[in-house]
Amino acid sequence: MIYLKAFLFGGLICAIAQILIDRTKLTPARILVGAVVAGVCLSALGIYGPFKEFAGAGAAVPLTGFGHLLAEGVRTAIDEKGAIGILTGGLTASSAGIAAAMLFAYVSALIFRSKSK
Amino acid sequence: MQDQKDIKKTTYKDYAEKRASPSPLIRDTFLAFIFGGALCVAGQGLTALCLAWTGSEKTAGTLASLALIAIASILTGFGVFDKAARYGGAGMLVPITGFSNAMTSPAIDAKSEGWVLGVGAKIFNVAGPVILYGTLSSAVYGLIYYVLKTIIL
Repeated sequence: MIYLKAFLFGGLICAIAQILIDRTKLTPARILVGAVVAGVCLSALGIYGPFKEFAGAGAAVPLTGFGHLLAEGVRTAIDEKGAIGILTGGLTASSAGIAAAMLFAYVSALIFRSKSK
Repeated sequence: MQDQKDIKKTTYKDYAEKRASPSPLIRDTFLAFIFGGALCVAGQGLTALCLAWTGSEKTAGTLASLALIAIASILTGFGVFDKAARYGGAGMLVPITGFSNAMTSPAIDAKSEGWVLGVGAKIFNVAGPVILYGTLSSAVYGLIYYVLKTIIL
């Protein structure tokens, strides 16, 4: 059941993004930025947390989930450490993903050669 | 030749828009739905695997994301990701795989421009704005949350 929910809601987020790409002049890069900021806002409003409980990876895997991770990290860090959490929370929570993406991108750049497109 | 030089920027834009085939919205959206949904199911499966391995739900979620990032980066290197993204569109780009692709693809292309200002800088072409605006908005939210929390408690 959780797999079906992950499929439906993850697919839905991507479908909305596709409509935005097709119907507006938004470039994919702007869509990615928009998705992350939207995730932060929805998390701040207390919507994304319950949604993630419900949809599992369908909420965690899209980049809106990355935004939720940032906002949730800030919230937890403020609760635990006070004002400094405003600055430390987001990047601390997302550090694994960002570091991994840098690492794999760099190693891929070492190994692979540019393909003519 | 002279005619082409006289084409103004706006005229060219009109011309290009007229020539560009209209994007088949329903087909694109359907494919994005299928590809995006499938990636999330893969993420759910990886999370279940990692949960059985580590026992921690939070670590499992992180490891599943890392696995998707790694796979997307390697597939980008082999040129498979770009082909899949041609069909899947936002279904490939909006999941965390798109973030990985957005770092790997310019990094590979920038090899000829050197390792510092080429690869080192271009790796953040798209990821940089994502990290910047994500961190900025989370800090703004943090500030509001902190102020509200201090006033209320």
